[in-house]
Amino acid sequence: MWEYTEKTKDHFLNPRNVGVINEPDGIGEVGSLACGDALKLTFKLDKTQRIADAKFQTFGCASAIASSSALTEMIKGLTLEEAGKITNEDIADYLGGLPKEKMHCSVMGRDALDKAITYYRGESQKKIEGEIICECFGVTDLEIKRAVAKNGLATIDDVTNYIKAGGGCGKCHEKIQDIINQQSIGTIQIQPKMKKKALTNIQKIKLIEETLAREIQPALAKDGGDIELIDVDGDKVTVKLRGTCATCSKSQITLKNYVETKLRELVSDSLEVQEVN
Amino acid sequence: MAVIYADNNATTQIASSVLNEMLPYLKEYYGNPSSMHTFGGQVGKKIQEARAQTASLLNAAPEEILFTSCGTESDSTAIRAAIKSNPSKKHIVTTRVEHPAVKNLCEQLAKEGFRITFVPVDQNGALDLDFLYQSLTDDTAIVSIMWANNETGVIFPVEEIASVVKGKGIAFHTDAVQAVGKIPIDLKNSDIDMLSLSGHKLHAPKGIGALYIRKGTKFSPFLIGGHQEKGRRGGTENVASIIGLGAASKFSQELMTKENTDVKILRDTLEKGLLEKIEHSFVNGAKERRLPNTTSIAFEYVEGEAILLMMDQFGICASSGSACTSGSLEPSHVLRAMGVPFTAAHGTIRFSLSTYNTMEEVNFIIEKLPPIIQTLRNMSPFWKQNQ
Repeated sequence: MWEYTEKTKDHFLNPRNVGVINEPDGIGEVGSLACGDALKLTFKLDKTQRIADAKFQTFGCASAIASSSALTEMIKGLTLEEAGKITNEDIADYLGGLPKEKMHCSVMGRDALDKAITYYRGESQKKIEGEIICECFGVTDLEIKRAVAKNGLATIDDVTNYIKAGGGCGKCHEKIQDIINQQSIGTIQIQPKMKKKALTNIQKIKLIEETLAREIQPALAKDGGDIELIDVDGDKVTVKLRGTCATCSKSQITLKNYVETKLRELVSDSLEVQEVN
Repeated sequence: MAVIYADNNATTQIASSVLNEMLPYLKEYYGNPSSMHTFGGQVGKKIQEARAQTASLLNAAPEEILFTSCGTESDSTAIRAAIKSNPSKKHIVTTRVEHPAVKNLCEQLAKEGFRITFVPVDQNGALDLDFLYQSLTDDTAIVSIMWANNETGVIFPVEEIASVVKGKGIAFHTDAVQAVGKIPIDLKNSDIDMLSLSGHKLHAPKGIGALYIRKGTKFSPFLIGGHQEKGRRGGTENVASIIGLGAASKFSQELMTKENTDVKILRDTLEKGLLEKIEHSFVNGAKERRLPNTTSIAFEYVEGEAILLMMDQFGICASSGSACTSGSLEPSHVLRAMGVPFTAAHGTIRFSLSTYNTMEEVNFIIEKLPPIIQTLRNMSPFWKQNQ
């Protein structure tokens, strides 16, 4: 079943701005038939250097068409500088959210916009930077690293959902996993320097709460799980696992290997996490 | 809005005769068939009747039928039983186009140390039989080949394969979930050792399946528990659904001729109408040896999920051959194995009909689909440049 918002369905069934602008100021093309989705974006500027008109052609699923339609509506009236700041999350938000598996559709819109702006500015198309990891979809290691770091992606499926890498033949799964592993080590290395001074009890509790809300809950939520802070007694942190975590056979591993590691890393080395009985 | 249901390979409507047979066993006859008292015992008798009806559809003996919860359980039971009964053998032969119930199980068994041969198919979806026969060794524990493909409807010559496999003393299993009820099956006169079927594909409810186990086949239960099903599957029987499967077997048997005439005419009309009205479209798989109710049509330069969602606006239910609907962007493994080009695989729609469909419905689809494809093609950056 489709978990699309009414707005996404509306932009799919009644797409705005379909077509190609004659003599456009900007053109951006991304994707291919093999990928399963592709987008061609064109725009024209007015005298004040604002986007007067934008049109799209899209081959792809409903959310790819809706994302393209939304993008053209969003950029009309903006300067290129303003348009350049639009993120793929903005496109998804405009549609009232997209299913996780469909986030790559909004990324495609963002990429096409990037290319169209680059085209207008006469900058040579960006050279491919880095090494191609996913040959099916031409995704480089740098792109994967960026996506993993920015969105906190934890699994190969997450990476595929966001930037399609790994969605074809699957040969690159090992390399993607390596990148995910490296990235998570990377965060451990960078962040300890930012904290771990002596904390008062109040500060410690606050930091634990923040870490749970900012880092741990979003990660668990990806698998339908959740966590609640019950008590902090000295270095003993008592939590309750909820959602799918509550019934997951691997929950104890999650608790020790992930929750405790993360809290030790970001709050205090001596913390011990236990689950409420 | 009326529902035009053309997705019968996904699931079917419960026949009213099936439901009527079931209802008393969800109401007044709630006894446990294992009980000693008459109240429970009469339920046990009804189960035996259902077992005979199911066996009759397959031309098998009632005691060769084991009731399970679904086709997937039947597949897992059969394959796990075969490798457990032949502990020294570490090789399994199957195809590249199996349903996930067999495909993913085999991939799991590969992780458990088994060597798996996935037999390829050609562009018509036909199995490479030479490849299959050459892959058989003394180490082969079981060969599992689907009877008919769920996506294309292509039928494999499982009876012929079974006799070759049997000749080498290897167990043979077939996932016949799509075939049972749609084409005649005669197990008595075959060398098939085990066969899986699923109730909800033939107008019984969901949650009931069966596994045929030829008398004398080495077996080991998947669910360990009570003495139900002669100790071959523990767990209290899903009484009403078993009775439903029996009734559905009878229903399918009576309609078998109709399936291969009336339903086939509907399918052929639909296929012909769509191919005629929509350029750059073609049928995936061989047209001849195919289930009478199924057609898999590729519409080039458009994407399947978008087609489905637009058809949904008219109440038309079908399935897509692209997996964009399930997150991964890879088109279905079946179409990939057949070498269907990406351009067409992404835009493939499977229509699967049943005895409940009408010519009006078929004409409605033929009327509604061409403008949908045209709308999407007009939006596609590849359409004009390929004209």
